[in-house]
Amino acid sequence: MSAHHPAAPVGGKLFNLPVMICSLLIAAMFAVLFVRFIFGLGAVTNLNDGYPWGIWVVFDVVIGSAFACGGFSVAMLVYIFNRGQYHPMVRPALLASLFGYTLAGVGVLFDLGRWWNFWHILSPAYANPNSVMFEVAVCISAYILVMWIEFSPVFMEQWGLKVQKKKLEKVLFFFIALGTLLPMMHQSSLGTLLVVMGPQVNPLWQTPVVPLLYLLSAVTIGYGIVLFESCVASAAYRREIELHLLQPMAKIMLGMLTVFLVVRFGDLVVRGALGNALKPSLEAFFFWLEIGCFSLPYLLVGTRGARRNPARLFLAGCAIMMGGVLLRVNGFLIGYDTGLGVDHGWNYFPSIAEMLVTIGMFALEVLGYIIITRRFPVLPREGAAH
Amino acid sequence: MTTRRDFLRGCLAGGAAAASAVLPETACARDTLQRPPEGLGLLYDATLCVGCQACVAACKKANDNPAEFTAVDKLWDTPLDTTGHTFNLIKMYRNGTMETKDSELNGFSFMKTSCMHCADPSCVSACPVSAMIKDPVTGVVGYDPDACIGCRYCVAACPFGIPKYQYDSPTGKIGKCELCRHRHKDGHYSACAEVCPTGATLFGRTEDLLAEAKRRLALKPGEWTTIPRGRLRPAQEKVLAGGEDGKGHKHRHGWRDEPDQSYQAQVGNYLQHVYGEKEYGGTQVLKLSAVNFQKAGMPDLPPKSSAATSETIQHTLYGGLMMPIAVLAGLTWVAKRNVVPEDDNEKGGQS
Repeated sequence: MSAHHPAAPVGGKLFNLPVMICSLLIAAMFAVLFVRFIFGLGAVTNLNDGYPWGIWVVFDVVIGSAFACGGFSVAMLVYIFNRGQYHPMVRPALLASLFGYTLAGVGVLFDLGRWWNFWHILSPAYANPNSVMFEVAVCISAYILVMWIEFSPVFMEQWGLKVQKKKLEKVLFFFIALGTLLPMMHQSSLGTLLVVMGPQVNPLWQTPVVPLLYLLSAVTIGYGIVLFESCVASAAYRREIELHLLQPMAKIMLGMLTVFLVVRFGDLVVRGALGNALKPSLEAFFFWLEIGCFSLPYLLVGTRGARRNPARLFLAGCAIMMGGVLLRVNGFLIGYDTGLGVDHGWNYFPSIAEMLVTIGMFALEVLGYIIITRRFPVLPREGAAH
Repeated sequence: MTTRRDFLRGCLAGGAAAASAVLPETACARDTLQRPPEGLGLLYDATLCVGCQACVAACKKANDNPAEFTAVDKLWDTPLDTTGHTFNLIKMYRNGTMETKDSELNGFSFMKTSCMHCADPSCVSACPVSAMIKDPVTGVVGYDPDACIGCRYCVAACPFGIPKYQYDSPTGKIGKCELCRHRHKDGHYSACAEVCPTGATLFGRTEDLLAEAKRRLALKPGEWTTIPRGRLRPAQEKVLAGGEDGKGHKHRHGWRDEPDQSYQAQVGNYLQHVYGEKEYGGTQVLKLSAVNFQKAGMPDLPPKSSAATSETIQHTLYGGLMMPIAVLAGLTWVAKRNVVPEDDNEKGGQS
């Protein structure tokens, strides 16, 4: 194994085309949000009585936080399974997670119809421990805090706060443990959110093991995201691609994916729900699309030789992410039916304004990632290259 | 060498955490909740309903809700479904020529749409901030806008599609029937039942209403029978009303004094099913119909509530925080051995 390079800022200009594009998209998001807060949710979204949750919940929070599982997945690999060689990937993955989660937390506020009461969810006077949403909210809030603590050595290094950094490092192991537990709790609970909706959710996605499915898929997506981000960061910053790390990580990802698929199909067979996948319906089509995305990585990076190809690693990461998107969209939107088949004529497709907010949030993440990696020691220091 | 052992330890800790997610259904099983004995509700009899929508107008007035227009001329309140501003609606089933009332073929029928006041409500289980609360005595599912954060999980959770959010306002609330609980202190009961001219919507204790529903189902279709209107008085209350307590305006039970409004009507051609007796653990609003309930717009629900399933999973995983603390202890132990301070991270890279 090559000697480990400490992290270092990438450097370079902050004002360039990607940053300008991101800024424009963020400005568009703020314009939409202005209208939303003055005139209400109905003024900008296509939400309706049949679809109370749209992409601001399903994409920005449920999927956004699953995409932000890179930090959790890699930290678990390094610190819990003691795979030290992946250490250089912890910081970049954690940074992406930090943004993903922080913005998911902020994004919830846009969607809350009575947002000025948001603090009730963390106040014991209002708490309802029976509510899955309560557990998710408390857990995600705690995790955002824990992640900032986990990531703070980066800022301390840059600002020369040596003493504070030493002190923090003595107890960092506890925050790392907490930072592994909390995502396990809320990533599984994000799936449990579906359970109380009962038969309104198609049996292909409504199951008592949904927490396990969401947890397993979140860990798998975590590795998929790392493949994706490493490839994108290498291409964008013209850095050497960390193939010696990505190659074995892809193998771990395939292992997790196999566990996920075994549970996924085992559950469908045990509950006798597989028949729903054979009906000529929209739900069945999307089910197979989901399974197709989850199966693609076996074709793309199934062999050792294939895992040496960065393009294949990148595509496998994308396929896993798409599978994760579909698992969640299918459960919360495609397979969700208010009124249980009694037709109320409800439809939902996000409005342009809704999409602008989701895209704006994504742009904010990309912008933050660019600024921080260029100015703070996040990515591994480049050895020979450049 | 130590690496492999540590790896196995990690597997153990991770495995325990993963296993904790699979265990549900065993420990901490939470049964479906039952109706409180004094629970209040409504009995809606579709065969008595004439579709006059007097209950819809009365509901609007009692809850101070605005009219909702769907026609071009905007003259009449014409909501097409319950909304954040319409808590009660009479919907219609139609088939073919629509000649016969209460006939599935070439007929029509009505169905009341409003909160069922479940014994084990999904909305109450879902609400993260206790804004949806089921009264322990009356069983009325009430809403507190001052607690609500507007997350609309209750909207998504309800299988009847009842709680609705007011999307047209920047300070929108959830709107739903609360059985006119704000009028109870003045001795008034649900406005829809108060105004119903045929007794199709009847207010009372759910246990009494269930007995009344079963009485009707036991009669022969076409027979003449006495149909109460407004509020259903239990047998013992009639005795009391005729006795020494008979002259007062308000009785011991707290409802306003009313003349007996019952009348003679013909028994409908009922399906032998009291909708709401068993659905989702039972509801406090009960329904009778001659037309298939699913066709008339009521969902087909199992006797077990989703709230029970959801809370069983939650409490198995998080009850007393036992499982998370145990997993955290394991993870901390493993992490403490594996976390190398950044300064000598050269070590961390070698394996």
